[in-house]
Amino acid sequence: MIAVQAVNKHYGRHAVLKDINFSLAEQGVTALIGPNGAGKSTLLTIMSRLQEADSGVVMLDGVDVHKADNAQLAKKMAILRQDNAINMRLSVYDFVAFGRYPHSQGRLTKEDLTHIDQSLNYLNLTDLKDRYIDELSGGQRQRACIAMVLCQNTQYLLLDEPLNNLDMKHAVDIMRLIRRAADELQKQVVVVLHDINFASCYADRIIAMKDGAIAYDHPPEKLMTQEIMRDLYDIDMSVHSINDKPVGFYHC
Amino acid sequence: MGNGADKAQHVTGHDPNVRMLIMGIIALLSIVAFLTLNVRASWAFTLPFRAEKVLAIVFVGIAIATSTVLFQTLTQNRILTPGIMGFDAFFMLLQSIMLLSLGRIAFVQFNPQVKWLFEVVMMSGALCGLYYWLFLRQKRDIAVLVLVGIVLGVLFRSLNSLIGRMIDPVEFDVLQDLMFASFNRIDSTLLTIAGSTMTLVFVWLWRQRFVLDVLQLGDAVAVNLGVNRRAVTLKLIVAIALLVSVSTALVGPVTFFGILVANIAYAICGSYQHRYVIPMAALLAIVALVGGQALLEYVLKFGTSLSIVIEFLGGMFFLWLVIRQGRR
Repeated sequence: MIAVQAVNKHYGRHAVLKDINFSLAEQGVTALIGPNGAGKSTLLTIMSRLQEADSGVVMLDGVDVHKADNAQLAKKMAILRQDNAINMRLSVYDFVAFGRYPHSQGRLTKEDLTHIDQSLNYLNLTDLKDRYIDELSGGQRQRACIAMVLCQNTQYLLLDEPLNNLDMKHAVDIMRLIRRAADELQKQVVVVLHDINFASCYADRIIAMKDGAIAYDHPPEKLMTQEIMRDLYDIDMSVHSINDKPVGFYHC
Repeated sequence: MGNGADKAQHVTGHDPNVRMLIMGIIALLSIVAFLTLNVRASWAFTLPFRAEKVLAIVFVGIAIATSTVLFQTLTQNRILTPGIMGFDAFFMLLQSIMLLSLGRIAFVQFNPQVKWLFEVVMMSGALCGLYYWLFLRQKRDIAVLVLVGIVLGVLFRSLNSLIGRMIDPVEFDVLQDLMFASFNRIDSTLLTIAGSTMTLVFVWLWRQRFVLDVLQLGDAVAVNLGVNRRAVTLKLIVAIALLVSVSTALVGPVTFFGILVANIAYAICGSYQHRYVIPMAALLAIVALVGGQALLEYVLKFGTSLSIVIEFLGGMFFLWLVIRQGRR
């Protein structure tokens, strides 16, 4: 279980996170939504020990992530950040293989190779595995990054806007993959999303942030209402039920 | 797509071991050339004399190449060298302060091993102090460390020239001698201690070779993959300080040469892994320094210092890298 307890964060005088409290079960898909600048990425970097909070703690299975042994933590929790500028020349395969580093410290075993092949396969990258990472399109690179954290094979997976740069087919593929990881492999995936309908269709729980605080924390059916959407995004959205899923329409 | 993929596969297909072997043979040939070209005096005199010199040059080449690759991995920037951060400026400042406080006679007569050890301890200590203050107290990142290093480097150089103006001309002459790299006046009394230091550094580096590869992916990815970034950074800074001390003590400050060999190594070694990149860069450095020295000294019979030629080429290469990056 991940427990976020009374986390506060300031950048200078500006408060980006105000007293954040919630906990995550071991299994499920949790979407983190909210307008730009709501504090979603900051929250994710603090949860994943990339950044320290000003106050408050993040506990993973009873251990403070900022005090835990980093090597052990890397086997339990993986994070994919938004900006993944890689300026080195290596093949997609070698890049994805880095995901096995927490388990094998660079000496790949047979089990590692299976995980790598599986991840490449899941992300449709098998044909691209010998290409250099700096020769890929934005969407292909994004998929390679997801493949890397996926083959880290952790209980908790934190993904900051994984649908960036992806076309519709690949965006749907990624969301299906996330759902499968939760259902079949019993993982907890936290995913920052901007497309409210992806959140509604694939998540079990949606945490909506606004101005550095958690504004709503509901299952999709309860969260997807005209009032809440207006409060969150300041737009008028009509919510319809399509194939038993609440879908918001706001495009025109 | 077909072409690009084929090409990529083609490049990946080349075994880095084969490339390293070829470069190793070229390095060996340059060493043999250096030892045997244009021998005038008896072999019994020439060989040991030149062997000592070539050993020192090999040490320097390995130290410069490795420290540059490590520094570039640490900063994830391929146009930086430890020289930019004032590593060698601090080393030179220590020399001038000692010269100023001890006086010329005592300075020249001072046991070079003890002097060198003192300098290494001071340098590593100062860097660790700076690191501790910036990272652990101020929570800054590596970019700030580099920036502070650049400013301190300027400060050290200015202090150095201030001391140069305070001392008498004879002492200044001794100082001047230390300020410019020379592959002709190598202090061979330091060879044993330099060799053992490098051996220690390389044993540690070999054990860290996979961590170094992970560091190249950037801080966030490295932490995500379980690398204890602060501890590794601190140890890397000490390793770089040790290597810079070796090369600076043996020949003097060299700025651009490291960029040249490191970048050529990235391009031709056929792998991103440090266990290939570092040896390749070191071999390239040996070829350039030993081969260059043999060519200048025994074939062209130039009095020109090799360091001038190398720094000229390295400087041009550096400019080219900057211009090319600017265009992107």
